Amino acid sequence: MMREYLLGNAAIARGILEAGASVVTSYPGTPASEIVETLAPFTKKYDLHVEWSVNEKVALEVAIGASWTGTRAAAVMKHVGLNVAADPFMTLAYTGVRGGLVVISSDDPFCHSSQNEQDSRRYAQFACIPCIDPADPQEARDMTIYAFELSEELELPVLLRPTTRVSHARADVEVGEIEENRVKPEFLRNPVRWVALPAHARPRHSVLLEKQDAIKAALEKSPWNRLVLRGELGVIASGISGLYAEEAIKQLDVDISILRIGTFPPPEGLCSEFIMHVSKVMVIEELEPVLEEYVERAAREHNPDLDILGKRTGHIPREGELDPYIVRNAIANMADLPLVESPSLREASEILPPRPPALCPGCGHRAAYYAMREAFGKDAIFPSDIGCYTLAVDMGTIDTCLCMGASITLASGIRFSGEERDICCSIGDSTFLHTGLPGLLNAAYNKARITIAILDNSTTAMTGHQPHPGTGVTASGDKTKAVSLASLAKALGADFVETADPYDLKATIETFKRARDYHGLAVVITKQVCVINERRAGIKRNPFMVNENCTGCRECVEFGCPAIEFEEDCARINSLCTGCGVCAQICPSEAIEVVKVK
Amino acid sequence: MKIKTSECDIVVVGVGGQGVILISSIIGKAALKACLSVRSAETHGMAQRGGSVINHLRIGCVFGPMVPLGGADILLALEPAEALRYAHYLSKEGVALVNVKPVFPSTVTTGQSRYPPLEDILAPLERICMDIKTVDATKLAVKAGNPQTMNVVMLGVLSKYIPISEEILIESLSESVPAKFLEVNRRAFELGKSEIKA
Repeated sequence: MMREYLLGNAAIARGILEAGASVVTSYPGTPASEIVETLAPFTKKYDLHVEWSVNEKVALEVAIGASWTGTRAAAVMKHVGLNVAADPFMTLAYTGVRGGLVVISSDDPFCHSSQNEQDSRRYAQFACIPCIDPADPQEARDMTIYAFELSEELELPVLLRPTTRVSHARADVEVGEIEENRVKPEFLRNPVRWVALPAHARPRHSVLLEKQDAIKAALEKSPWNRLVLRGELGVIASGISGLYAEEAIKQLDVDISILRIGTFPPPEGLCSEFIMHVSKVMVIEELEPVLEEYVERAAREHNPDLDILGKRTGHIPREGELDPYIVRNAIANMADLPLVESPSLREASEILPPRPPALCPGCGHRAAYYAMREAFGKDAIFPSDIGCYTLAVDMGTIDTCLCMGASITLASGIRFSGEERDICCSIGDSTFLHTGLPGLLNAAYNKARITIAILDNSTTAMTGHQPHPGTGVTASGDKTKAVSLASLAKALGADFVETADPYDLKATIETFKRARDYHGLAVVITKQVCVINERRAGIKRNPFMVNENCTGCRECVEFGCPAIEFEEDCARINSLCTGCGVCAQICPSEAIEVVKVK
Repeated sequence: MKIKTSECDIVVVGVGGQGVILISSIIGKAALKACLSVRSAETHGMAQRGGSVINHLRIGCVFGPMVPLGGADILLALEPAEALRYAHYLSKEGVALVNVKPVFPSTVTTGQSRYPPLEDILAPLERICMDIKTVDATKLAVKAGNPQTMNVVMLGVLSKYIPISEEILIESLSESVPAKFLEVNRRAFELGKSEIKA
């Protein structure tokens, strides 16, 4: 065994390689993106197919196809991606798998980078399949390998559910050998399994229910649930909460029994032994009370007098993420030990300026939104979507953000309600290809009189610049067909499709005005490569500067570019300037000019 | 009755783009070379777009990756306002190592908020921890030959406080930066180190 310092997601990738998987599919999403990024360089060496799929439903279905040939496959996504993949996910539990199939859904308690904090363990419960909940990068690697084996043993998909603090943790991880031999694929025709007709689905539902005992038996003897019996106070904790609890018990130096849970459903035997040993238990888990509900049920049978503390009693929060501080105080509270005060600093909240994430200096999205606002006016309605551009929320052109692809459809619904104001929605290129396509088709078919702005920066920027079908490059860096967004929009039924360069502000404003005045569905594609990718490609423009014409009107400052500062009574352009030149077009006094090359 | 659950808990803070993740990773790899278990938690995604960034780093620890509030032995701040933003992680016995060169957030450049004077930032820090060391790491990085090496200047400062030898840290640094930038990074490290008297 070797030790490596690995990110949790890299540890999962390592597990996938060691397990000898043949196909890995994913749509980028924080905190899951680095799994496929880690695997991508190894595709040729290990005869692995790794893809950025168009969306999570597509990703899961591709992985299922691979599994049905007998090879191992993984589908990787963030928690909300599992909603998109929920349709195949639920029926997959009926059909089952042949080669091990691991669905990896990374949860994001506290919404570090997400629109909600749903708990994927509920999905596993819903589908009646096993769920594995790693506590750290080592477990993430070990459990990934185990999940493939368990999946084959049960002929069921297995859900691996890391959280942000596992996916984006780093630790010294013991790794093993990479399996170089891949299973030879062969699809075996078997309509009773693979064709989910009602006549086939009904018996498969019975098979799934009959498998529940086998799931419990397998998880009971797995090494992921650990019991230490001490005093009659107890803590039962799942995933990373178990590590927080162990640290707190050590720090407090208390005689508390602990059961750490890494599998769902939880192990019946260990749980009943624990529940009979303790008189009071605190259930510690992030998000939903999945474990707590199980403990409540088990206690009714094994120890009806058990005092259960957790979310229902208000001892553990149901929202946000847990941390060592919260868990320490919760356990100290149960053990009647003094709590530690939150060492909050009054000055920090009083004097510090906020530092929210913002669009980069020179970002084409900022210019596109400026042009959109100029053309449509402040009174129009601006549904938007998920991506970097949502960071422009202060520009007044982002009125909604619900889920991937919902900009076009929400805009349609707002129009169909009878709302008569102008509507211009915005969606990024990657998001458009993810789930925007059916929305556009629907808008065209049902005659929605709206403008759709596709903000095309030719990448999936927010999650770390992954390629997509519009870029002409695959996950493993191979060249492929680059799909034209304009041709797609036309094929889906839009008659008005125009492309504008947002750095040419006047032309972009004119394009948006034509779209606004068009009698039907209009699509405007604002095309400008992401500034981060430009910088990486070595493309440089001359920066701009403020000259003596500046009147201090602040028009450029209100544009919101981090490269523009306001000092005393004049604007100033700092070293962050990328030379996009948009502020020079906004300035009413010709006070911003390009720096001449000497 | 406080029992230590980590040999050395460090919180590295700064602004997205300053290289918080890179130096955390250099220290983590060095800990591995020194045969110490190490845990860290990183900020990815949204927060990297010029936002405030915090990395947790625990050397000689087998528990979770997050440093408990009020538990950090060292606060390594690449930016002064960020030092104060995360000061509540510091333990009373902790040390704050602060680069004093501000990076103005967009809320300041657009005039919505004011950036406080340095002494107002440092005063509360001095109150809550044992020691505070201020360094103009950005200036030293320019002196080393590249302002981008500011994070490595701070790594040099930190090297005097952590249970990992300088040789191992430099070995890890050499493996983490491109060969053509190694010399300038080593100079940056030395300049940072020499700010702290033995």
